[in-house]
Amino acid sequence: MKGSMTHRMKLDTANPPAQAARQKGSFASGLQLTTDHDLCPGCGEPVALRALLDAVETLGLAQRTIGVVGIGCYTALTSMIDLDLIQALHGRAPSLATGAKRMRPDALLFTLQGDGDMVNEGLQEVIHTAARGENVTCVLLNNGVFGETGGHMTATTVIGQRTKNTLEGRDAAYHGHPILIGDLLAGLGGTSYVARGSVHDAAGVAKTRKYFERAFESQMRGEGFSFVEVLTMCPTGWFVPTKEGPGYLDEVMGSVHVTGELKVGGVLKRD
Amino acid sequence: MRALMEGSEAIAEAAIAAGCRFFAGYPMTPFTELLESFAKRLPEEGGACINAESELEAIGMAWGAAATGARVATGSTGQGLSLMQESMSEITRAEIPLVVFNMARGQGDYFQATRGGGHGDYRHIVLAPIDVNEAVDITQLAFHLADQWRHPVLIYGDYLLAHTAEAVAIEPRSAESLGGPLPEKDWAVDGSLGGSGRSRNLNPIGMEKGSKGIDPDRFWRLLQEKQDRIEAAEQRFEAEHTEGAELLVVAFGTLARFARYVVRELRAEGVPVGYFRPITLWPFPGQALAEAAAGARTVACLEQNAGQMIDDVRLSLFGSGLPASSVVSIGGISTDAAGFGIGPLLDTEVVRDRIRAALEGRAVDGVLGGPIS
Repeated sequence: MKGSMTHRMKLDTANPPAQAARQKGSFASGLQLTTDHDLCPGCGEPVALRALLDAVETLGLAQRTIGVVGIGCYTALTSMIDLDLIQALHGRAPSLATGAKRMRPDALLFTLQGDGDMVNEGLQEVIHTAARGENVTCVLLNNGVFGETGGHMTATTVIGQRTKNTLEGRDAAYHGHPILIGDLLAGLGGTSYVARGSVHDAAGVAKTRKYFERAFESQMRGEGFSFVEVLTMCPTGWFVPTKEGPGYLDEVMGSVHVTGELKVGGVLKRD
Repeated sequence: MRALMEGSEAIAEAAIAAGCRFFAGYPMTPFTELLESFAKRLPEEGGACINAESELEAIGMAWGAAATGARVATGSTGQGLSLMQESMSEITRAEIPLVVFNMARGQGDYFQATRGGGHGDYRHIVLAPIDVNEAVDITQLAFHLADQWRHPVLIYGDYLLAHTAEAVAIEPRSAESLGGPLPEKDWAVDGSLGGSGRSRNLNPIGMEKGSKGIDPDRFWRLLQEKQDRIEAAEQRFEAEHTEGAELLVVAFGTLARFARYVVRELRAEGVPVGYFRPITLWPFPGQALAEAAAGARTVACLEQNAGQMIDDVRLSLFGSGLPASSVVSIGGISTDAAGFGIGPLLDTEVVRDRIRAALEGRAVDGVLGGPIS
C-alpha cells in the first residue's frame, strides 16, 4: 500500500455514523437473478456476461430475447441470467439459434459459447450460420483454453501458450496454428457486423458493451449474421496468478486476437 | 378428397396438416424425397425448411425451433440418424416435443430406434407404419403424442414407404380424435419473460433459474417415471387370426404388409397361422403379444435384419410357458445391390415359403435365431 497513515482522516470510532460513509452501489444488472457464482476468482466470463446483459437492457429488448447457451464454465452462469434460455449441446448453439429465430423472427437471438465450444467442436455450425446470413448474434467468450476441464489447448490457443496438453507451449509445427475466428467470419458474405472486445480493463469492458449494442441493433434491423468475440481472462487455466490475468490477456492473447470492430454494416473495416 | 401420392409427399402433407411448420434435413436416399416435399410445401404454409449442412445441424435447428413451441420435424436415413443421436438424447431429457423420420435402408435400425440410440438412459416413442395410408394417420398421431408427453417420437419408415404411391385422404385431425386435449406449452421459450424473475431455461440437465447446481439423480428419476407412464399407456399393435393359430408371425413396418397378406392367404386355405404386428416398436406391445401367442406352438419373427426385434419378442414371451426355442427367426439380411433395403425377402412367395418352413420345422436359407422345434 502506498500513502501514509498520517494523511488519513481520524475517525471517531466511539460514535460510529448511522450509515456507511460511502453507499455500496448495486452493480447487478436488472437481468441478473443473483450476482453469486462459482467461477474462479479473476474469471472474465461474468464480466463479459454483464456487458451483454447491459446491452440487452439498454436496448429495451429484455422481453423479446432468447439466449442459446453452449457448454463450458459459463454454463454455470445460466442460473443467474433472467432471460429465456435454451441449453444446447457443446458446439451446437448456432443451429438451435437458427431454428428458434426462424420460428420467432421478432425475438433477439444470441448464442453464448466458449472457444472450445464454438471454434473446436462446433466450427462448421458457426461458419454455416454466418454464411447463411442467419439473423442471429453469436457470442464467443474466448480465453484460449478449455477452462472447464482445467486448462487444455483449444483452436484459439496462441503460439507459445502453455496449456495442460501443450506443456512446453503451443508449437505451430506440432500443434498447428490458432484460428482467428472473428477474422474468418468477417470474410463471409452473410455477416453484417463483427467485433472483438476484451474485458481486461474498464475501457475494454465499455467497448465490449458497445459492440454488443451494435450487434444487437444490427440484428433487430434484420441485417443478417452478427458476431461479438470477447477475450476473457482465465488465470486458472493459464496457470498465472489471478492479478496477472488481465495483463496476460492483453499482451499474450490480445496481440494475436486483435481487438476492434472488423466489419460494420456488411463492410470490412480492415484487412 | 383422395389423391394418389407418393409416401414422402403424403407424409409431408400429413405433417403440415398436423401443424408442422419447421423442417430441417440433409439429403440421403431414401429420405431425400421427404426433404424435397417439405422444402416445396413449408414456405407456402408460412413455415421454413432449411437445407442443413449436415444431420448434426438439422437436428440442432429442429431442437431450437421446437423449443419455441412450434410443431417441428426432422429426419434422415439410419446413417444420418446416427449423427443425430447425441441431440436426440438431450432433446428427450430437455422434454422437447419433436417428430423424427427414419426413412431407413431396411430394418437394421431397429435397435437404434428402440434402445434410445444415443448416450444415457432414455427411450423415445417409435411408430412403424405398414403403408402410406397408415403413415398419414401415424404422422398426425406422432405430433400429438410428442406434445402430449413432451417427448420425441420417431417414425420408422423405409424405401418402399417413401416411394410407393397410394390413394390417400389427408384431413387435419383434432386433438380429441387423437387421444384428448393437449397441455398448454407454457414451457416454450418466446423471450417474453426476460427480467420478470420467472424466465425459462429449457435444458436437459434439470437446471433451475436462481439456484446453483443441479440434482441429476432426482431429475433422471422424474424422467424415468414419465417413460414408465408412456410405456404403460402407448402400446399399439395389430393382430389377426390369432385364434387357433399354431404359428404366430410377428413382423413390423413394410415387411408386415407381406406377412399379413400371406397369413390371410394361408388362413383362407385352412392353414392355422396368425399375425401380430407391433405398431409401436417402443413401447413394445409385449403383453398383447403374449396374449396373441397364448395358443401357438411356434412364434416366427419376420424381420429384415440379422435378428433385432426377436429380442423384444423373446422378452415379451419370457415366462409365458412357450419354450425359448419356439421363438424363431424366418427373416434375415436381405437387400438390393445398392444397399437401400429392397431385398428378395420383400416377396409374398418368399414369405409364404418361410412361414411354411417354420410350420413344418424345416430350416430355410438365412434363418437365424433358435432352432425350429
